[in-house]
Amino acid sequence: MKPAGGPNQLLILIPAFNEVGAIAGVIHEVRAAMPEAPILVVDDASTDGTERSARSAGADVLRLPYHLGLGGGVQAGYKLAYELGYDYVIRVDGDGQHDPKYIPALLQTLRATGCHMVIGSRFQDGNGNYTNSVRAMGIWFFRLVLRPILGKPVRDPTSGFVGVNREALQVFTGSFPLEYPEIEALVVLQRKRFQFQEVPCRMRPRKTGRSTITAVKSLYYIFHVLLGVFINVLKFERRRRKDAPREER
Amino acid sequence: MERLLNVTTVLSVLLAAMVLFSVRRSHIRVEYSVSWLAAAVILLVLSRSSFALNWISRQLGLADPPIALMLLVFCVFVIVIYRLSVVISDLKDANIAMAQRIAIVEFQLHNRTEDIDQGYKSRI
Repeated sequence: MKPAGGPNQLLILIPAFNEVGAIAGVIHEVRAAMPEAPILVVDDASTDGTERSARSAGADVLRLPYHLGLGGGVQAGYKLAYELGYDYVIRVDGDGQHDPKYIPALLQTLRATGCHMVIGSRFQDGNGNYTNSVRAMGIWFFRLVLRPILGKPVRDPTSGFVGVNREALQVFTGSFPLEYPEIEALVVLQRKRFQFQEVPCRMRPRKTGRSTITAVKSLYYIFHVLLGVFINVLKFERRRRKDAPREER
Repeated sequence: MERLLNVTTVLSVLLAAMVLFSVRRSHIRVEYSVSWLAAAVILLVLSRSSFALNWISRQLGLADPPIALMLLVFCVFVIVIYRLSVVISDLKDANIAMAQRIAIVEFQLHNRTEDIDQGYKSRI
């Protein structure tokens, strides 16, 4: 993979952990949707040949030395993309749930609106049925929690189908949640007063393997993410207080 | 009361000896042994000085000095464990950043090697 050759260059980032059954298909679909864009697979120390499969399918692979989890892997990809000078990064999960045909819509929104992050939302105009009831409740709960924090509604806060611009990339290279990063990432951006948009898209059932978030883990997920959001809000409040005397002057 | 104080005395001496032994064998770094040694010394002083223990229990409004001793032991160990959690968190952050850096450097090295190989092949 070469450094970005000019302005407005896009990189497709695919985090993957033990996705040997799906990764090649995802790469081919992405290639069909965005023939010019380089594809970077972040292999989170898979043990099933995901790296070999991704390379055979024509992607570049950033292989982590040990398993860091989703956030650590995505942040590693963001760091590399930032160092190579890319202006836009769109993340597509390696399990095949995200349909790459929506990548152009995400990129178009990023470029046209100037927002810092764009979220592929299954609940705006798409098909949001591929989720269990506990997770659906979690999504509903976090919509309520995030509404006052973000200052605008977000319909699909847990979607991992996201695109970011270079400014957001810079923020994420320094601070990115390591576990269950999607919701906290929104709050991290909000602390910088960055903007986000949602783009309707459809999601599919994963092609192989199983989700890491089971019904039981969903409860831990809710607690963990809620704590992360709360901590980030506290940081935001502290900064606001520090800024207050300056604003008064 | 006296038996409890003897037990805590032995425990504090054992703790101090164990920490010093581990430092000597390089199993614990000196900077992380300080918290444990301080905990052992506090435990030893309170176990052997009935004046100090009675004074503290009076200040805490506790009629029973052994309860004050247990409360203090609990507090000391909570502080030590909290400090270790901070250290572990710092180490984890540093470790993740280093793993990401290693992956990026390996990636760039791999790309550079491929470029050199392609250039070499095109010349011959």
